[in-house]
Amino acid sequence: MKEKAMICAQDVHFRYLPEMPFAVDGVNMQIQKGEFVAVLGANGCGKSTLSKHFNAILLPEKGTVLVEEMDTRQEEHLYDIRQKVGMVFQNPDNQIVATVVEEDVAFALENLGVPPAEIRSRIDEAMDMAGIAKHKHKAPHKLSGGQKQRVAIAGVIAMRPDCLILDEATAMLDPIGREKVMKTIRHLNKDFGITVVAITHYMEEAAQADRIVVMNKGKVVLEGTPKEVFSQVDLLHSLRLDVPQATELAQQLRAAGLDMPKDCITEEECAQALAKLLA
Amino acid sequence: MIRDITIGQHFPGNSLVHRLDPRMKIILTMGYIVLLFLAANPGGLVLATVLLGILYRVAKIPLKLIVKSLKPILPIILFTVVLNLFFITGQGSPLFEMGFIKVYIEGVRYAVLMGVRIVLLIAGTSLLTYTTSPISLTDAIERLLSPLAKLHCPVHELAMVMTIALRFIPTLIEETDKIMNAQKARGAQLDSGTLQQRMKAMVPILIPLFVSAFRRADELAMAMECRCYRGGEGRTRLKQLRLTSTDWASFGVCMVIFAGIWATNLLFTGL
Repeated sequence: MKEKAMICAQDVHFRYLPEMPFAVDGVNMQIQKGEFVAVLGANGCGKSTLSKHFNAILLPEKGTVLVEEMDTRQEEHLYDIRQKVGMVFQNPDNQIVATVVEEDVAFALENLGVPPAEIRSRIDEAMDMAGIAKHKHKAPHKLSGGQKQRVAIAGVIAMRPDCLILDEATAMLDPIGREKVMKTIRHLNKDFGITVVAITHYMEEAAQADRIVVMNKGKVVLEGTPKEVFSQVDLLHSLRLDVPQATELAQQLRAAGLDMPKDCITEEECAQALAKLLA
Repeated sequence: MIRDITIGQHFPGNSLVHRLDPRMKIILTMGYIVLLFLAANPGGLVLATVLLGILYRVAKIPLKLIVKSLKPILPIILFTVVLNLFFITGQGSPLFEMGFIKVYIEGVRYAVLMGVRIVLLIAGTSLLTYTTSPISLTDAIERLLSPLAKLHCPVHELAMVMTIALRFIPTLIEETDKIMNAQKARGAQLDSGTLQQRMKAMVPILIPLFVSAFRRADELAMAMECRCYRGGEGRTRLKQLRLTSTDWASFGVCMVIFAGIWATNLLFTGL
Protein backbone atom coordinates (compact mmCIF):
# COMPACT_ATOMS: atom_id res chain seq x y z
CA MET A 1 0.00 0.00 0.00
CA LYS A 2 1.08 3.55 -0.63
CA GLU A 3 2.49 5.38 2.36
CA LYS A 4 -0.08 7.68 3.87
CA ALA A 5 0.18 11.33 2.91
CA MET A 6 1.57 13.87 5.36
CA ILE A 7 -1.21 16.35 4.69
CA CYS A 8 -4.26 15.80 2.59
CA ALA A 9 -6.66 18.66 1.97
CA GLN A 10 -9.95 17.81 0.29
CA ASP A 11 -12.22 20.48 -1.09
CA VAL A 12 -11.32 22.92 1.70
CA HIS A 13 -13.48 26.02 1.97
CA PHE A 14 -12.91 28.74 4.53
CA ARG A 15 -14.01 32.33 5.07
CA TYR A 16 -13.32 34.58 8.02
CA LEU A 17 -16.86 35.99 8.17
CA PRO A 18 -20.04 34.59 6.63
CA GLU A 19 -20.58 37.75 4.57
CA MET A 20 -17.06 37.67 3.16
CA PRO A 21 -16.01 35.73 0.06
CA PHE A 22 -14.21 32.44 0.60
CA ALA A 23 -10.54 33.04 1.45
CA VAL A 24 -9.85 29.41 0.61
CA ASP A 25 -12.23 28.23 -2.06
CA GLY A 26 -12.24 24.51 -2.71
CA VAL A 27 -8.61 23.51 -2.43
CA ASN A 28 -7.43 19.96 -2.99
CA MET A 29 -3.85 19.30 -2.07
CA GLN A 30 -1.71 16.34 -1.15
CA ILE A 31 1.64 16.71 0.48
CA GLN A 32 3.74 13.57 0.67
CA LYS A 33 6.21 12.78 3.44
CA GLY A 34 9.64 14.26 2.91
CA GLU A 35 8.49 16.60 0.19
CA PHE A 36 9.56 20.26 -0.08
CA VAL A 37 6.57 22.19 -1.39
CA ALA A 38 6.58 25.90 -2.08
CA VAL A 39 3.30 27.79 -2.16
CA LEU A 40 3.23 30.93 -4.26
CA GLY A 41 0.58 33.54 -4.76
CA ALA A 42 -0.06 37.27 -4.67
CA ASN A 43 -1.03 38.94 -1.38
CA GLY A 44 -4.46 37.90 -0.20
CA CYS A 45 -4.67 34.78 -2.36
CA GLY A 46 -5.40 32.60 0.66
CA LYS A 47 -2.08 30.82 0.96
CA SER A 48 -1.52 31.83 4.59
CA THR A 49 -5.10 30.97 5.47
CA LEU A 50 -4.71 27.57 3.86
CA SER A 51 -1.49 26.86 5.73
CA LYS A 52 -3.19 27.59 9.05
CA HIS A 53 -5.52 24.68 8.29
CA PHE A 54 -2.60 22.29 8.26
CA ASN A 55 -2.14 22.38 12.03
CA ALA A 56 -5.69 23.02 13.12
CA ILE A 57 -5.29 26.72 13.91
CA LEU A 58 -8.19 27.20 11.53
CA LEU A 59 -10.81 24.59 10.76
CA PRO A 60 -12.41 24.28 7.32
CA GLU A 61 -15.98 25.40 6.88
CA LYS A 62 -16.50 22.73 4.24
CA GLY A 63 -14.20 19.89 3.22
CA THR A 64 -11.63 18.11 5.35
CA VAL A 65 -7.95 18.38 6.21
CA LEU A 66 -6.22 15.15 7.20
CA VAL A 67 -2.82 15.20 8.88
CA GLU A 68 -1.41 11.69 8.76
CA GLU A 69 -5.02 10.59 8.40
CA MET A 70 -6.16 12.44 11.52
CA ASP A 71 -9.00 14.85 10.88
CA THR A 72 -8.13 18.33 12.16
CA ARG A 73 -11.69 18.75 13.36
CA GLN A 74 -11.39 15.98 15.92
CA GLU A 75 -10.44 17.66 19.14
CA GLU A 76 -8.75 14.64 20.68
CA HIS A 77 -6.08 14.81 17.96
CA LEU A 78 -5.46 18.55 18.33
CA TYR A 79 -2.14 18.37 20.18
CA ASP A 80 -0.94 15.34 18.19
CA ILE A 81 -1.49 17.33 15.04
CA ARG A 82 0.20 20.46 16.37
CA GLN A 83 3.15 18.39 17.51
CA LYS A 84 3.46 16.75 14.08
CA VAL A 85 3.03 19.94 12.07
CA GLY A 86 5.12 22.82 13.35
CA MET A 87 4.66 26.33 12.11
CA VAL A 88 7.08 29.25 11.79
CA PHE A 89 5.70 32.73 11.18
CA GLN A 90 6.95 35.83 9.48
CA ASN A 91 7.99 37.98 12.42
CA PRO A 92 10.53 36.26 14.66
CA ASP A 93 9.96 38.82 17.44
CA ASN A 94 6.35 37.80 17.82
CA GLN A 95 6.89 34.09 18.28
CA ILE A 96 9.63 33.95 20.86
CA VAL A 97 8.18 33.55 24.34
CA ALA A 98 11.07 33.31 26.77
CA THR A 99 13.90 35.70 27.63
CA VAL A 100 16.68 33.18 27.07
CA VAL A 101 17.21 31.29 23.79
CA GLU A 102 17.34 27.78 25.28
CA GLU A 103 14.29 28.41 27.46
CA ASP A 104 12.38 29.44 24.37
CA VAL A 105 13.43 26.34 22.46
CA ALA A 106 12.22 24.31 25.44
CA PHE A 107 8.81 26.01 25.52
CA ALA A 108 6.95 23.51 23.33
CA LEU A 109 8.44 20.53 25.16
CA GLU A 110 7.47 22.00 28.53
CA ASN A 111 3.94 22.35 27.19
CA LEU A 112 3.94 18.73 26.07
CA GLY A 113 5.01 17.62 29.53
CA VAL A 114 8.30 16.02 28.46
CA PRO A 115 10.53 15.07 31.44
CA PRO A 116 13.30 17.66 32.16
CA ALA A 117 16.26 15.41 31.29
CA GLU A 118 14.76 14.60 27.91
CA ILE A 119 13.94 18.28 27.29
CA ARG A 120 17.63 19.06 27.78
CA SER A 121 18.83 16.53 25.22
CA ARG A 122 16.13 17.37 22.70
CA ILE A 123 16.68 21.13 22.81
CA ASP A 124 20.45 20.67 22.47
CA GLU A 125 19.79 18.54 19.41
CA ALA A 126 17.29 21.05 17.98
CA MET A 127 19.67 23.98 18.55
CA ASP A 128 22.44 22.06 16.79
CA MET A 129 20.16 21.30 13.87
CA ALA A 130 19.18 24.95 13.54
CA GLY A 131 22.78 26.10 14.02
CA ILE A 132 22.16 28.34 17.03
CA ALA A 133 23.79 26.23 19.76
CA LYS A 134 26.42 28.87 20.44
CA HIS A 135 23.77 31.48 21.28
CA LYS A 136 21.81 29.34 23.71
CA HIS A 137 22.36 31.53 26.77
CA LYS A 138 21.72 34.83 25.00
CA ALA A 139 18.65 37.02 25.19
CA PRO A 140 16.61 36.82 21.97
CA HIS A 141 16.57 40.59 21.46
CA LYS A 142 20.35 40.60 21.22
CA LEU A 143 20.27 38.37 18.11
CA SER A 144 19.94 39.32 14.46
CA GLY A 145 16.73 38.69 12.54
CA GLY A 146 18.06 35.55 10.87
CA GLN A 147 19.31 34.17 14.17
CA LYS A 148 15.97 34.90 15.85
CA GLN A 149 14.15 33.11 13.05
CA ARG A 150 16.43 30.10 13.51
CA VAL A 151 15.62 30.18 17.24
CA ALA A 152 11.95 30.04 16.26
CA ILE A 153 12.70 27.09 13.94
CA ALA A 154 14.62 25.31 16.70
CA GLY A 155 11.67 25.86 19.05
CA VAL A 156 9.45 24.10 16.55
CA ILE A 157 11.77 21.24 15.56
CA ALA A 158 12.38 20.44 19.24
CA MET A 159 8.88 18.93 19.11
CA ARG A 160 10.28 16.54 16.47
CA PRO A 161 7.55 17.39 13.98
CA ASP A 162 7.19 15.47 10.73
CA CYS A 163 6.30 18.62 8.86
CA LEU A 164 7.40 22.23 9.04
CA ILE A 165 5.23 25.03 7.67
CA LEU A 166 6.98 28.30 6.98
CA ASP A 167 4.58 31.18 6.62
CA GLU A 168 6.80 33.70 4.81
CA ALA A 169 9.44 32.92 7.38
CA THR A 170 12.17 34.72 5.44
CA ALA A 171 10.17 37.80 4.44
CA MET A 172 11.54 40.11 7.14
CA LEU A 173 15.17 39.03 6.89
CA ASP A 174 18.13 40.54 5.12
CA PRO A 175 19.67 38.51 2.26
CA ILE A 176 22.33 36.90 4.45
CA GLY A 177 19.85 35.95 7.17
CA ARG A 178 17.49 34.61 4.52
CA GLU A 179 20.19 32.48 2.92
CA LYS A 180 21.14 31.00 6.32
CA VAL A 181 17.54 30.22 7.20
CA MET A 182 17.00 28.57 3.81
CA LYS A 183 20.16 26.53 4.27
CA THR A 184 18.87 25.34 7.65
CA ILE A 185 15.54 24.41 6.10
CA ARG A 186 17.12 22.50 3.21
CA HIS A 187 19.31 20.68 5.73
CA LEU A 188 16.25 19.68 7.77
CA ASN A 189 14.45 18.54 4.64
CA LYS A 190 17.30 16.60 3.02
CA ASP A 191 19.07 15.16 6.06
CA PHE A 192 16.22 14.60 8.48
CA GLY A 193 13.40 13.97 6.03
CA ILE A 194 11.18 16.67 7.51
CA THR A 195 8.41 17.65 5.12
CA VAL A 196 8.55 21.37 4.34
CA VAL A 197 5.74 23.59 3.16
CA ALA A 198 7.15 27.04 2.44
CA ILE A 199 4.90 29.96 1.69
CA THR A 200 7.06 32.55 0.05
CA HIS A 201 7.34 35.60 -2.14
CA TYR A 202 10.89 34.84 -3.20
CA MET A 203 11.04 32.95 -6.47
CA GLU A 204 14.63 31.90 -5.88
CA GLU A 205 13.47 30.09 -2.75
CA ALA A 206 10.57 28.47 -4.55
CA ALA A 207 12.98 27.26 -7.25
CA GLN A 208 14.69 25.07 -4.62
CA ALA A 209 11.49 23.18 -3.85
CA ASP A 210 10.49 19.76 -5.19
CA ARG A 211 7.10 21.06 -6.16
CA ILE A 212 5.41 24.44 -6.47
CA VAL A 213 1.75 25.19 -5.91
CA VAL A 214 0.46 28.50 -7.22
CA MET A 215 -2.68 29.94 -5.66
CA ASN A 216 -4.95 32.71 -6.82
CA LYS A 217 -8.17 33.95 -5.20
CA GLY A 218 -8.39 30.98 -2.86
CA LYS A 219 -7.88 28.35 -5.56
CA VAL A 220 -4.93 26.31 -6.75
CA VAL A 221 -4.25 27.46 -10.30
CA LEU A 222 -0.97 25.81 -11.16
CA GLU A 223 1.01 22.92 -9.75
CA GLY A 224 4.20 21.18 -10.79
CA THR A 225 7.95 21.04 -10.53
CA PRO A 226 9.76 24.40 -10.47
CA LYS A 227 10.76 23.87 -14.11
CA GLU A 228 7.18 23.21 -15.19
CA VAL A 229 5.77 26.13 -13.23
CA PHE A 230 8.38 28.73 -14.10
CA SER A 231 8.24 27.91 -17.81
CA GLN A 232 4.75 29.46 -17.80
CA VAL A 233 6.10 32.97 -17.54
CA ASP A 234 3.06 34.68 -19.02
CA LEU A 235 0.56 32.94 -16.77
CA LEU A 236 2.64 33.82 -13.70
CA HIS A 237 2.90 37.44 -14.78
CA SER A 238 -0.87 37.58 -15.23
CA LEU A 239 -1.22 36.38 -11.61
CA ARG A 240 1.04 39.27 -10.53
CA LEU A 241 3.87 36.90 -9.78
CA ASP A 242 7.50 37.03 -10.82
CA VAL A 243 9.73 34.29 -12.08
CA PRO A 244 13.36 33.83 -11.00
CA GLN A 245 15.70 36.34 -12.62
CA ALA A 246 17.44 33.59 -14.60
CA THR A 247 14.11 32.50 -16.11
CA GLU A 248 13.21 36.09 -16.85
CA LEU A 249 16.51 36.61 -18.66
CA ALA A 250 16.16 33.41 -20.67
CA GLN A 251 12.64 34.42 -21.66
CA GLN A 252 13.73 37.87 -22.81
CA LEU A 253 16.59 36.37 -24.81
CA ARG A 254 14.22 33.91 -26.40
CA ALA A 255 11.89 36.74 -27.32
CA ALA A 256 14.88 38.42 -28.95
CA GLY A 257 15.36 35.32 -31.08
CA LEU A 258 18.06 33.44 -29.22
CA ASP A 259 17.80 29.70 -28.66
CA MET A 260 17.50 29.62 -24.86
CA PRO A 261 15.88 26.66 -23.07
CA LYS A 262 12.45 27.29 -21.56
CA ASP A 263 13.16 25.59 -18.29
CA CYS A 264 16.20 27.26 -16.83
CA ILE A 265 15.47 28.42 -13.32
CA THR A 266 18.84 28.82 -11.63
CA GLU A 267 21.63 31.21 -12.48
CA GLU A 268 23.87 28.20 -12.98
CA GLU A 269 21.64 26.71 -15.68
CA CYS A 270 21.25 30.08 -17.33
CA ALA A 271 24.99 30.63 -17.39
CA GLN A 272 25.58 27.19 -18.92
CA ALA A 273 22.97 27.75 -21.60
CA LEU A 274 24.55 31.09 -22.46
CA ALA A 275 28.03 29.57 -22.55
CA LYS A 276 26.76 26.93 -24.98
CA LEU A 277 25.26 29.61 -27.21
CA LEU A 278 28.44 31.64 -27.21
CA ALA A 279 30.73 28.69 -27.86
CA MET B 1 19.88 56.25 24.33
CA ILE B 2 16.45 54.84 25.16
CA ARG B 3 17.82 51.38 24.41
CA ASP B 4 20.32 51.59 27.25
CA ILE B 5 17.60 51.07 29.81
CA THR B 6 17.97 47.62 31.26
CA ILE B 7 15.24 46.10 33.32
CA GLY B 8 15.99 43.63 36.05
CA GLN B 9 19.71 44.26 35.78
CA HIS B 10 21.33 40.91 35.97
CA PHE B 11 25.04 40.35 36.26
CA PRO B 12 25.75 36.75 35.33
CA GLY B 13 28.27 35.00 37.51
CA ASN B 14 28.99 31.73 39.19
CA SER B 15 29.43 32.70 42.81
CA LEU B 16 27.76 31.08 45.79
CA VAL B 17 25.22 33.90 45.84
CA HIS B 18 24.46 33.39 42.16
CA ARG B 19 24.00 29.66 42.54
CA LEU B 20 21.73 29.87 45.55
CA ASP B 21 18.20 28.70 44.86
CA PRO B 22 16.15 31.72 43.75
CA ARG B 23 13.32 30.80 46.12
CA MET B 24 15.76 30.85 49.01
CA LYS B 25 17.10 34.20 47.85
CA ILE B 26 13.63 35.74 47.70
CA ILE B 27 12.74 34.50 51.17
CA LEU B 28 16.04 35.60 52.66
CA THR B 29 15.74 39.03 51.03
CA MET B 30 12.25 39.44 52.43
CA GLY B 31 13.45 38.35 55.85
CA TYR B 32 16.31 40.81 55.62
CA ILE B 33 13.95 43.70 54.82
CA VAL B 34 11.69 42.89 57.77
CA LEU B 35 14.73 42.62 59.99
CA LEU B 36 16.02 46.04 58.92
CA PHE B 37 12.90 47.62 60.35
CA LEU B 38 12.83 45.42 63.44
CA ALA B 39 16.38 46.27 64.40
CA ALA B 40 16.11 49.37 66.53
CA ASN B 41 19.69 49.16 67.68
CA PRO B 42 22.49 50.81 65.70
CA GLY B 43 24.62 47.75 66.44
CA GLY B 44 22.08 45.59 64.57
CA LEU B 45 22.22 47.80 61.51
CA VAL B 46 26.03 47.78 61.56
CA LEU B 47 25.88 43.99 61.58
CA ALA B 48 23.34 44.04 58.72
CA THR B 49 25.63 46.33 56.72
CA VAL B 50 28.59 44.04 57.29
CA LEU B 51 26.56 41.01 56.21
CA LEU B 52 25.48 42.71 52.99
CA GLY B 53 29.03 43.90 52.33
CA ILE B 54 30.31 40.34 52.63
CA LEU B 55 27.58 39.03 50.31
CA TYR B 56 28.47 41.68 47.71
CA ARG B 57 32.11 40.61 47.94
CA VAL B 58 31.19 36.95 47.54
CA ALA B 59 28.98 37.75 44.53
CA LYS B 60 31.80 39.89 43.07
CA ILE B 61 29.40 42.75 42.34
CA PRO B 62 31.35 46.03 42.13
CA LEU B 63 30.36 48.41 44.91
CA LYS B 64 29.96 51.31 42.52
CA LEU B 65 26.86 49.55 41.21
CA ILE B 66 25.19 50.12 44.57
CA VAL B 67 25.94 53.81 44.28
CA LYS B 68 24.41 53.73 40.81
CA SER B 69 21.28 51.96 41.98
CA LEU B 70 20.93 54.39 44.90
CA LYS B 71 21.16 57.49 42.74
CA PRO B 72 17.55 57.53 41.51
CA ILE B 73 16.16 57.21 45.02
CA LEU B 74 18.49 59.75 46.59
CA PRO B 75 15.67 62.34 46.81
CA ILE B 76 13.52 59.85 48.71
CA ILE B 77 16.33 59.12 51.15
CA LEU B 78 17.00 62.81 51.70
CA PHE B 79 13.30 63.53 52.11
CA THR B 80 12.89 60.81 54.74
CA VAL B 81 16.02 61.85 56.60
CA VAL B 82 15.02 65.52 56.67
CA LEU B 83 11.47 64.75 57.75
CA ASN B 84 12.68 62.56 60.56
CA LEU B 85 15.23 65.13 61.58
CA PHE B 86 12.69 67.90 61.97
CA PHE B 87 9.58 66.14 63.14
CA ILE B 88 10.78 63.74 65.79
CA THR B 89 10.44 65.44 69.13
CA GLY B 90 12.30 64.18 72.14
CA GLN B 91 12.65 64.91 75.78
CA GLY B 92 15.07 67.50 76.95
CA SER B 93 16.12 70.60 75.17
CA PRO B 94 16.54 70.67 71.39
CA LEU B 95 20.03 70.48 69.96
CA PHE B 96 19.34 73.35 67.71
CA GLU B 97 16.48 75.75 67.19
CA MET B 98 15.59 78.08 64.35
CA GLY B 99 12.10 79.58 64.26
CA PHE B 100 9.65 76.69 64.27
CA ILE B 101 12.36 74.15 63.43
CA LYS B 102 13.60 72.21 66.39
CA VAL B 103 16.10 69.39 66.09
CA TYR B 104 16.38 66.91 68.96
CA ILE B 105 19.02 64.29 69.58
CA GLU B 106 16.36 61.59 69.04
CA GLY B 107 15.57 63.13 65.67
CA VAL B 108 19.19 62.88 64.54
CA ARG B 109 19.40 59.31 65.73
CA TYR B 110 16.17 58.33 64.04
CA ALA B 111 17.05 60.11 60.80
CA VAL B 112 20.40 58.34 60.53
CA LEU B 113 18.83 54.93 61.28
CA MET B 114 16.11 55.53 58.68
CA GLY B 115 18.63 56.62 56.06
CA VAL B 116 20.78 53.56 56.66
CA ARG B 117 17.71 51.31 56.53
CA ILE B 118 16.60 52.60 53.15
CA VAL B 119 20.11 52.34 51.71
CA LEU B 120 20.37 48.74 52.95
CA LEU B 121 16.89 47.95 51.67
CA ILE B 122 17.79 49.08 48.16
CA ALA B 123 21.21 47.48 48.25
CA GLY B 124 19.75 44.22 49.55
CA THR B 125 17.01 43.93 46.94
CA SER B 126 19.46 44.99 44.22
CA LEU B 127 21.70 42.10 45.21
CA LEU B 128 18.76 39.79 44.52
CA THR B 129 18.19 41.15 41.02
CA TYR B 130 21.92 41.43 40.25
CA THR B 131 22.51 37.77 40.99
CA THR B 132 19.25 36.22 39.73
CA SER B 133 18.10 36.19 36.10
CA PRO B 134 14.58 37.53 35.55
CA ILE B 135 13.43 34.15 34.32
CA SER B 136 14.53 32.31 37.45
CA LEU B 137 12.96 35.06 39.53
CA THR B 138 9.57 34.58 37.87
CA ASP B 139 10.09 30.85 38.12
CA ALA B 140 10.77 31.13 41.84
CA ILE B 141 7.77 33.37 42.39
CA GLU B 142 5.62 30.82 40.58
CA ARG B 143 6.89 28.04 42.83
CA LEU B 144 6.57 30.10 46.00
CA LEU B 145 3.00 31.04 45.18
CA SER B 146 2.03 27.57 43.95
CA PRO B 147 0.08 26.74 47.13
CA LEU B 148 -2.27 29.55 46.08
CA ALA B 149 -3.07 27.64 42.88
CA LYS B 150 -5.10 25.26 45.03
CA LEU B 151 -7.30 28.21 45.91
CA HIS B 152 -7.86 28.73 42.14
CA CYS B 153 -5.41 31.60 41.98
CA PRO B 154 -4.01 31.78 38.42
CA VAL B 155 -0.38 31.51 39.58
CA HIS B 156 1.01 29.91 36.41
CA GLU B 157 -0.77 32.48 34.25
CA LEU B 158 0.62 35.37 36.30
CA ALA B 159 4.13 33.98 36.00
CA MET B 160 3.65 33.55 32.24
CA VAL B 161 2.45 37.14 31.98
CA MET B 162 5.56 38.32 33.83
CA THR B 163 7.86 36.28 31.58
CA ILE B 164 6.24 37.59 28.42
CA ALA B 165 6.34 41.16 29.75
CA LEU B 166 10.06 40.82 30.46
CA ARG B 167 10.59 39.35 27.02
CA PHE B 168 8.75 42.17 25.24
CA ILE B 169 10.12 45.17 27.15
CA PRO B 170 13.24 45.49 24.96
CA THR B 171 11.20 44.85 21.80
CA LEU B 172 8.67 47.53 22.65
CA ILE B 173 11.34 50.02 23.73
CA GLU B 174 12.99 49.55 20.35
CA GLU B 175 9.65 50.03 18.67
CA THR B 176 8.92 53.23 20.64
CA ASP B 177 12.27 54.56 19.52
CA LYS B 178 11.41 53.77 15.91
CA ILE B 179 7.96 55.38 16.11
CA MET B 180 9.40 58.48 17.79
CA ASN B 181 11.93 58.84 15.00
CA ALA B 182 9.24 58.28 12.38
CA GLN B 183 7.04 60.99 13.93
CA LYS B 184 9.99 63.34 14.27
CA ALA B 185 10.71 62.80 10.58
CA ARG B 186 7.14 63.93 9.93
CA GLY B 187 7.74 67.09 11.90
CA ALA B 188 6.47 66.11 15.35
CA GLN B 189 7.94 68.27 18.12
CA LEU B 190 8.37 66.01 21.08
CA ASP B 191 10.79 67.93 23.26
CA SER B 192 9.55 71.47 23.03
CA GLY B 193 6.42 73.39 23.92
CA THR B 194 4.36 73.54 27.07
CA LEU B 195 3.66 70.47 29.15
CA GLN B 196 0.21 70.22 27.58
CA GLN B 197 1.64 70.39 24.06
CA ARG B 198 4.20 67.76 24.85
CA MET B 199 1.56 65.46 26.26
CA LYS B 200 -0.49 65.94 23.12
CA ALA B 201 2.58 65.12 21.05
CA MET B 202 2.76 61.72 22.78
CA VAL B 203 -0.60 60.64 21.34
CA PRO B 204 0.76 59.89 17.84
CA ILE B 205 3.42 57.76 19.50
CA LEU B 206 1.20 55.86 21.89
CA ILE B 207 -1.51 54.95 19.38
CA PRO B 208 0.79 53.17 16.90
CA LEU B 209 2.58 51.54 19.81
CA PHE B 210 -0.66 50.15 21.19
CA VAL B 211 -1.87 48.99 17.80
CA SER B 212 1.38 47.18 17.22
CA ALA B 213 1.39 45.70 20.72
CA PHE B 214 -2.04 44.21 20.12
CA ARG B 215 -0.94 42.78 16.78
CA ARG B 216 2.12 41.29 18.42
CA ALA B 217 -0.02 39.79 21.17
CA ASP B 218 -2.28 38.21 18.58
CA GLU B 219 0.60 36.67 16.67
CA LEU B 220 2.32 35.51 19.83
CA ALA B 221 -0.86 33.81 20.99
CA MET B 222 -1.05 31.94 17.70
CA ALA B 223 2.62 30.96 17.85
CA MET B 224 2.10 29.70 21.40
CA GLU B 225 -0.89 27.66 20.30
CA CYS B 226 1.19 26.19 17.48
CA ARG B 227 3.65 25.05 20.10
CA CYS B 228 0.94 23.23 22.02
CA TYR B 229 0.53 25.75 24.85
CA ARG B 230 -2.48 24.87 26.98
CA GLY B 231 -1.95 26.54 30.32
CA GLY B 232 -0.04 25.32 33.34
CA GLU B 233 -1.59 21.91 33.72
CA GLY B 234 0.71 18.98 32.97
CA ARG B 235 3.55 21.30 32.14
CA THR B 236 7.15 20.33 32.91
CA ARG B 237 10.10 22.68 33.19
CA LEU B 238 13.54 22.62 31.62
CA LYS B 239 15.18 23.90 34.76
CA GLN B 240 14.04 22.12 37.86
CA LEU B 241 14.50 24.00 41.09
CA ARG B 242 15.93 21.68 43.70
CA LEU B 243 17.11 22.70 47.13
CA THR B 244 20.61 21.38 47.72
CA SER B 245 22.49 21.00 50.98
CA THR B 246 24.43 24.18 50.08
CA ASP B 247 21.12 26.03 49.91
CA TRP B 248 20.08 24.80 53.31
CA ALA B 249 23.50 25.54 54.78
CA SER B 250 23.43 29.10 53.41
CA PHE B 251 19.93 29.46 54.74
CA GLY B 252 21.08 28.28 58.18
CA VAL B 253 24.05 30.67 58.26
CA CYS B 254 21.86 33.60 57.22
CA MET B 255 19.28 32.71 59.85
CA VAL B 256 21.92 32.68 62.58
CA ILE B 257 23.16 36.10 61.49
CA PHE B 258 19.59 37.38 61.26
CA ALA B 259 18.98 36.17 64.80
CA GLY B 260 22.17 37.94 65.87
CA ILE B 261 20.99 41.17 64.28
CA TRP B 262 17.65 40.89 65.98
CA ALA B 263 19.24 40.00 69.30
CA THR B 264 21.04 43.35 69.36
CA ASN B 265 17.64 44.80 70.24
CA LEU B 266 17.91 43.06 73.58
CA LEU B 267 21.24 44.68 74.28
CA PHE B 268 21.70 48.27 75.15
CA THR B 269 19.38 50.68 73.42
CA GLY B 270 20.97 53.86 74.48
CA LEU B 271 22.98 56.27 72.41
